[in-house]
Amino acid sequence: MIDRDLPVSEEELHAYVDGELAPDRKAAVEAWLANHPEDMTRVNAWHSLADAIRTRYGAVATEPVPARLSLRQIERAGRSWRGMAAAVAIAAFLIGGFAGWMARTIAAPSRPAATLTTDALDAYKLYVVEVRHPVEVPGSEEAHLVQWLSKRVGYDLRIPNLAPVGLKLVGGRLLPGPNGGAAAFFMYESVSGERFTLYSTRTNTPDTALRYNSDGPVGALYWSDRDIAYVVSSEATRDRLHKVAETVYAQIEQPPVR
Amino acid sequence: MSSFRSGVEAAIPALRRYARALTRDAETADDLVQDTLVRALRSEHLFHGGDVRSWLYTILTNLNRNRLRSLARRPVITLLGDDDAPDMSGPEAGSRDIERALASLVEEQRAALLLVVLEGLTYREVAEVQGVPVGTVMSRLARARGQIKAFLDGERPALRRVK
Repeated sequence: MIDRDLPVSEEELHAYVDGELAPDRKAAVEAWLANHPEDMTRVNAWHSLADAIRTRYGAVATEPVPARLSLRQIERAGRSWRGMAAAVAIAAFLIGGFAGWMARTIAAPSRPAATLTTDALDAYKLYVVEVRHPVEVPGSEEAHLVQWLSKRVGYDLRIPNLAPVGLKLVGGRLLPGPNGGAAAFFMYESVSGERFTLYSTRTNTPDTALRYNSDGPVGALYWSDRDIAYVVSSEATRDRLHKVAETVYAQIEQPPVR
Repeated sequence: MSSFRSGVEAAIPALRRYARALTRDAETADDLVQDTLVRALRSEHLFHGGDVRSWLYTILTNLNRNRLRSLARRPVITLLGDDDAPDMSGPEAGSRDIERALASLVEEQRAALLLVVLEGLTYREVAEVQGVPVGTVMSRLARARGQIKAFLDGERPALRRVK
């Protein structure tokens, strides 16, 4: 039985166009469209749009694949980010493009912790967009990296192995820390391109459990343990961020304090 | 050839099509596909089964997002030349309309729309590619379609005037 007055949702109209509608709703949607010309017009426009997109781009899939995309060629050449970076204009600092991030407010338990989290989030935003120079020392020189940064921050750093959560160490760099000190900054990356950063520095705030802050789409989990603060930042979902931060936490066991 | 590798190879034409619509530039699109394939081949050991196609779309979408973040922002209207073409009717005009209309979308809406209508992914597959809930995919789709309609409606009065 078709109830012509049973309201059809906006989502169902889209699902109808995209072939995602439950089969038992098809008749109801078609009856609705027959009685609601404005919705029929919109649905027709969405069909036309889909056709236009397929007409414009569909043929690309029937073109012969260029030689440089043959798998044999790919394996031989192993093209890197450098080539892509050379082809586009790289803006190292996207200050203008992210106006929303400028008007940020961060609620935090204490001023020093808030400032430190802000610094970590600022560093995330500054370096996550870097294609050519996301880090100063690459992950391939991990032994040197940890030795160098430990000396600067004044405690023994441990660089966590995040392979269990699908992340590879891109590398690290030195950053200014609070109160004129030094901070260690590490960047990790997954095969699908998501990036996480770990920021660590001395702090004189009291020890805390995990605290969450965000700045627009970027989330950060902060904790401190025996005068050393850690911030894990990412644009991932909060669950994913939590999982990664927990892995970091588990791997950095009780760093000795100098 | 392993089934992983042949799965990757089979997906190349579709990846090229998706990349072309996403970037609206043939050279940039093939660069994106090349970088996707490099990463995919290097990361075979990290791929734990499932749909190779979806995984490749995920890599490509994320690479494009990183690429866009690195670009200095440019005004959308300069993406295509030939705004002074005397004949604004016929299939060519429609083609430019579509390119400009897609360019007017924010990245995540454009990707969602293309993955559904051009690549034929289900809402659930798009949700996995974009790393968001299905509801978010649907709202991106709705916004993309609304934005394109508004964009094209805004354009048409100009076309009528030229005639």
